[in-house]
Amino acid sequence: MARFGMVIDTVRCVGCMDCVVACKTENQVPEGFNRDWIAYDVKGTFPTLHMESRSERCNHCDNPPCVSCCPTSASHVHDVGGVVLVDYDKCIGCKGCVASCPYGARFIHPDGYADKCTFCIHRVEQGLQPACVAVCPTHCMHFGDLDDPNSDVSRLLASRNHHTLLPEAGTKPRIFYLT
Amino acid sequence: MSELNRRKFLKISAATVTVASGAAAFAKSPAAQTAPAKRAAKGVQRIPTYCDICFWKCGAIASVRDGVLWKVEGNPADPLSRGRLCPRGTGGVGAHFDPDRLKRPLIRRSDRGREVWAEVSWDEAFAYIANKMHAIKATYGPESVAMFAHGIGGNFLKHTLKAYGATNFAAPSFAQCRGPRDVGFKLTFGEDVGSPERTDIKNAQCLVLIGSHLGENMHNTQVQEFAEAVGHGATIIVADPRFSVAASKAKYYLPIKPGTDLALVLAWMNVIVAEGLYDKEYVAKYGFGFEQFAASIATYTPEWAYPETGIEPDIIRATAREMAKHKPATLVHPGRHAAWYGDDSQRSRAVALLNALLGSWGRKGGFYAPVSMSVPGYPYPAYPTSTKPKVDNPDGRYPFAHEAITTGIREATITGEPYPVKGWFVYATNLIHALPNEAETIKAIQNLDLLVVVDVIPSEIAGWADVVLPESVYLERYDDLNVEWFREPFVALRQPVVDAPDEQKPNWWMAKKLAETLGLAHYYPWKDIEEYLGHRLAGAGLSFDELKQKGIIPGAPQPIFFDEGAPAEFATPSGKIEFYSLQLQTAGFDPVPVYTRPAEPPPGAFRLISGRSPVHTFSRTQSNRVLSDMMDENEVWINADMARRMDLRSGDYVRLKNQDAVVSNRVRVKATERIRPDCVFMVHGFGHTSRGLKHAYQKGASDAHLITRYATDPLMGGTGMNVNFVTIEPEAAHG
Amino acid sequence: MQELTITRHNELIDPLLHIWSWQIPVYLFLGGLVAGIMIISGWFVLQGRYKHTTFSTFYLPHISLVLLSLGMGALFLDLEHKLYFWRLFTTFQWTAPMSWGSWLLLTIYPALWVNTLIRIPERFQGKIPLFDRLSAELNKRPTLIKNIGIANMLLGTLLGMYTGVLLSSFAARPLWNSAMLWMLFLVSGLSAAAAFVHLITTDVYERVLLAKADNAFLTLELFVFGGFLTGLLTSSRVHVEAVRLLLDGPYAPVFWVFVIGLGIVVPLIVQLLAVNHKVKHTPVAPILVLAGGLTLRFVIVYAGQFSHWT
Ligand SMILES: Nc1nc2c(c(=O)[nH]1)N[C@H]1C(S)=C(S)[C@@H](COP(=O)(O)OP(=O)(O)OC[C@H]3O[C@@H](n4cnc5c(=O)[nH]c(N)nc54)[C@H](O)[C@@H]3O)O[C@H]1N2
Ligand SMILES: Nc1nc2c(c(=O)[nH]1)N[C@H]1C(S)=C(S)[C@@H](COP(=O)(O)OP(=O)(O)OC[C@H]3O[C@@H](n4cnc5c(=O)[nH]c(N)nc54)[C@H](O)[C@@H]3O)O[C@H]1N2
Ligand code: SF4
Ligand code: SF4
Ligand code: SF4
Ligand code: SF4
Ligand code: SF4
Ligand SMILES: [Mo]
Repeated sequence: MARFGMVIDTVRCVGCMDCVVACKTENQVPEGFNRDWIAYDVKGTFPTLHMESRSERCNHCDNPPCVSCCPTSASHVHDVGGVVLVDYDKCIGCKGCVASCPYGARFIHPDGYADKCTFCIHRVEQGLQPACVAVCPTHCMHFGDLDDPNSDVSRLLASRNHHTLLPEAGTKPRIFYLT
Repeated sequence: MSELNRRKFLKISAATVTVASGAAAFAKSPAAQTAPAKRAAKGVQRIPTYCDICFWKCGAIASVRDGVLWKVEGNPADPLSRGRLCPRGTGGVGAHFDPDRLKRPLIRRSDRGREVWAEVSWDEAFAYIANKMHAIKATYGPESVAMFAHGIGGNFLKHTLKAYGATNFAAPSFAQCRGPRDVGFKLTFGEDVGSPERTDIKNAQCLVLIGSHLGENMHNTQVQEFAEAVGHGATIIVADPRFSVAASKAKYYLPIKPGTDLALVLAWMNVIVAEGLYDKEYVAKYGFGFEQFAASIATYTPEWAYPETGIEPDIIRATAREMAKHKPATLVHPGRHAAWYGDDSQRSRAVALLNALLGSWGRKGGFYAPVSMSVPGYPYPAYPTSTKPKVDNPDGRYPFAHEAITTGIREATITGEPYPVKGWFVYATNLIHALPNEAETIKAIQNLDLLVVVDVIPSEIAGWADVVLPESVYLERYDDLNVEWFREPFVALRQPVVDAPDEQKPNWWMAKKLAETLGLAHYYPWKDIEEYLGHRLAGAGLSFDELKQKGIIPGAPQPIFFDEGAPAEFATPSGKIEFYSLQLQTAGFDPVPVYTRPAEPPPGAFRLISGRSPVHTFSRTQSNRVLSDMMDENEVWINADMARRMDLRSGDYVRLKNQDAVVSNRVRVKATERIRPDCVFMVHGFGHTSRGLKHAYQKGASDAHLITRYATDPLMGGTGMNVNFVTIEPEAAHG
Repeated sequence: MQELTITRHNELIDPLLHIWSWQIPVYLFLGGLVAGIMIISGWFVLQGRYKHTTFSTFYLPHISLVLLSLGMGALFLDLEHKLYFWRLFTTFQWTAPMSWGSWLLLTIYPALWVNTLIRIPERFQGKIPLFDRLSAELNKRPTLIKNIGIANMLLGTLLGMYTGVLLSSFAARPLWNSAMLWMLFLVSGLSAAAAFVHLITTDVYERVLLAKADNAFLTLELFVFGGFLTGLLTSSRVHVEAVRLLLDGPYAPVFWVFVIGLGIVVPLIVQLLAVNHKVKHTPVAPILVLAGGLTLRFVIVYAGQFSHWT
């Protein structure tokens, strides 16, 4: 069983938002909403500064509180790659999952259901990369099976320093940031 | 299971398109509803073309789903995009769906400056224009119609105007952009850097960026190669008053005092020469006047440069040695938008000389020699000849300008010297934002008998026009072939992907129609552009059908580095790399660059500098809803400490007031550690004043509006724009 | 110095989460109130009060049914995909408190309803013969009546706890991350219910009893509050930041003045004086308690949403 995840190289990422634009057009994300976004994380005082540019989205957590809190099973772990998805026809829009995500990764679609990054499962199931990964001009995003030691993502994790977002929240995110 | 899911996804995304949900980005546009009726094709079609959101011309593949434009992606066969577009290219779909687009030709029915228009037919528009053109020709001669055009789309209109007898053509890409750089390099190496830049970033082991803010400046191939260089551990050195994205990747970030880069470059060269770190063999073989050059820079020590630039001597030495260590694979990037301070071509020349010392011109990791395919032009009848000089640079006032100067045409239009300019054609350049000192542009416009603007949206310059011609956007039209000068030769096609939603027409059609109305039909022997393109391609032995299918046809690779056999030739008077320039000396300029200190901002004022956002192109994308959704107004970056002292917080609205008491639109503060305390930064292109741009109207502030002062480069007439000082006035909080 | 810029701007999420407005606090308050009422009326059933008065076993459950339905109505109004409401009842998700809650609420309706059958007031007798017959059957089985009382108390307790557990299950919202929250909401529900019954009952015995009980609940609530606040204060940085929203942050004025001061301390003093016959019984204290209980739900729901990791 595959366990999909992403590895994003913050050393290469320039924070250009191409991934955000690509998600918008690929998935017709309505104006004013984002499934992915960029964080510019600056530390220090001028001119001794460090900045990490990060492309962020749903972390498709191994321990997803958004799934466990969903009263209708609309939020679920998909059997392909363990991707966390929302079944829009089951969702009642109670927003529990929105509140339960420490990353703010979810939003309520204007049509009333909870929405978020799908890891572009519709593309992945056709053998394509997620739209954001495929568009990234710096090639800093990698998508694949974390359980396969030979995958691109596993090898990068084995060879480089990395961190996840809010590990202390206990959600076990599956997006890793190389530093 | 997966089948089921796929279907479900399709269903859902289809619903998102058709449901009239107010927030759905694409459902809002009327085009989304009308297009399917015109093109009934079901399913997804993928059509190759090339992008036009900027001038990089990346190869793209557009997807059309059930007749509605869906997305644009990079064409993997294209060496410029390498299969990936930049964010603006990806957001190009928004140009097609933009509800604020121009729809029909317009003729002004009031004084200039008041926007009272009548919608007219294309025939009426052309008749009106032709009438005025005949009158201008009769009274003043055809040279009195000038044209400003930016980008490949202007080719056909230029052809029509040349056929009419016009000779004055200019683009802001010279005097307002890369002109000074190209002149500096041409004086040194005999050739300019061009576009796409001939920089071999991906192979550089040391990359020096002097203001070039790659990562925000999203010229696609360069950014991709920059990431590659960063990825393979190249040493990055960035000099910028602002901690740019590129600076965040740098081993050495040099927070330079604005306007003092020439001092830094001179000091670097001083160290490299004094310590004997330059590529001696290369300099001996290809260099001219090295001894005189070395003598001229002997006093520019790091200690001398320190008080000028604020960069410590140790750091100047360390970075110079770092550059030398990696030579010749050290690329001191020439920049692109070099029109900063008026000494720009000399600064660029210094950058060229530094590269020459490092032996990077013609070498891997430095500058390659671009190659191209040979695709013959269309055989047209000869243009009428003119005895009058061009107006932009009378008497060679700017002896080293090798392209026409926009601001020179503007000045001639104001003064009527050397002869009056009475008509302007403006194609795809928003002169109100692109040229410094808006008041002068408007003054010139008031002297015109005819101003024709070809645009896709109601830009500020369109607001001043007598006739506005609405063009179809790049996804809806053919354009001329892109026969690129690049690492490898190729030819690329732009072809229509979807229909124009209203009465917009492509430039080639307008150009041909106008020529016909002017009685110049014989300059258009072809029936339509397909015939034109087919003819050109046949001349090169290429198949139009293949190009339509693939979007790109590559040519045979050729050597691009000296070591590979590219000819090491220098088109300078000496035939060598000119460390010492006799032609500059003869013309009365410094043969080796000499530093002069820039003026300081008065107390309490900041120097205004500008740059790019990765998701916008100049002033042309703010009404593109996909891109404006990423960023819909600009901010003024103020050093956090200064902001604190002025009691300003991020998000507060302020207005900027320049030295000539011109006040900006309100703009939000970004209080940040990422900028020096002596300057403020804005992304160029915001603060639209055209009411037709409903979405972008008065969002953010225009840097151009505040650039009332500019410093003219004496070598080539470039307009240095970073010479304006502003104070900050808090905006009273209101709802 | 850290400067974090995020380009996301999702409605209701950014810059601070605000997905739940008045509906959820109202729902939680009414849920807690009904829970308290069920416990009280169950207790009265066990005490055999139905033999003396129909208030606590007939009118109170009826009022509860209305209040509960209002609460459910508020919840329904909050749903963004309303037409799919029924999806709640096509599944049971054991990890989801909201699923537990939905089913619990379904069992509460019959429990409240059977309560109303224990003794039907004279003026309603003969209106619905079936109910009269069921009531007669019930009265033949005293142990069943006892069990109804117990069931009401039990379900009431579960409901009261649920209103807190629902929030505390959201680990992503540090302010709610407390095992004390269910206790707080249960006790607050009880005190609100005591105040409510106290306010509307005509029976002097019940009124005095509930005033005394309310004093106990309010005192207990103060202790639970103490536990809740110190629990968070001694937890991680994010929890300290979260609780400071109440203690000295943007919610502090409302919290200290309306929840603690006017919602607990003042009515407690007034009622202590009243119970000890120092002042006359007035509706002031119970009204303050009810208002305080409602404000508490608002403050916790609002501040909790704004509390976050990082
Ligand atoms: N203050 C200031 N001034 C600057 C700069 C700066 O940074 N600050 N940058 C300078 C530089 S580097 C440059 S290169 C120039 C750029 O200057 P311009 O090329 O003039 O840039 P834009 O402002 O984008 O204006 C482009 C115009 O073309 C229109 N257009 C877009 N697509 C089409 C099309 O398909 N057909 C037609 N007919 N029109 C189209 C747009 O709507 C817009 O009105 O500006 C220069 N001026
Ligand atoms: N996304 C996007 N990309 C673009 C464009 C666009 O519109 N949008 N336009 C394209 C075009 S035509 C051009 S010309 C290029 C322009 O892009 P570049 O040539 O890279 O940059 P500039 O506009 O010259 O300079 C902006 C940078 O210079 C810094 N700077 C300002 N003053 C000084 C100074 O005195 N010294 C130094 N060392 N640095 C200084 C600013 O802080 C900023 O980081 O971008 C191209 N790429
Ligand atoms: S597209 Fe790539 S480089 Fe650009 S912001 Fe996204 S992850 Fe970073
Ligand atoms: S990031 Fe948030 S929405 Fe995504 S799986 Fe984790 S908790 Fe759920
Ligand atoms: S909003 Fe929808 S997906 Fe989220 S918890 Fe409620 S029902 Fe589940
Ligand atoms: S994986 Fe797909 S849905 Fe998720 S952020 Fe990337 S493009 Fe959007
Ligand atoms: S760099 Fe970006 S905007 Fe320019 S042509 Fe390429 S994809 Fe289009
Ligand atoms: Mo430019």
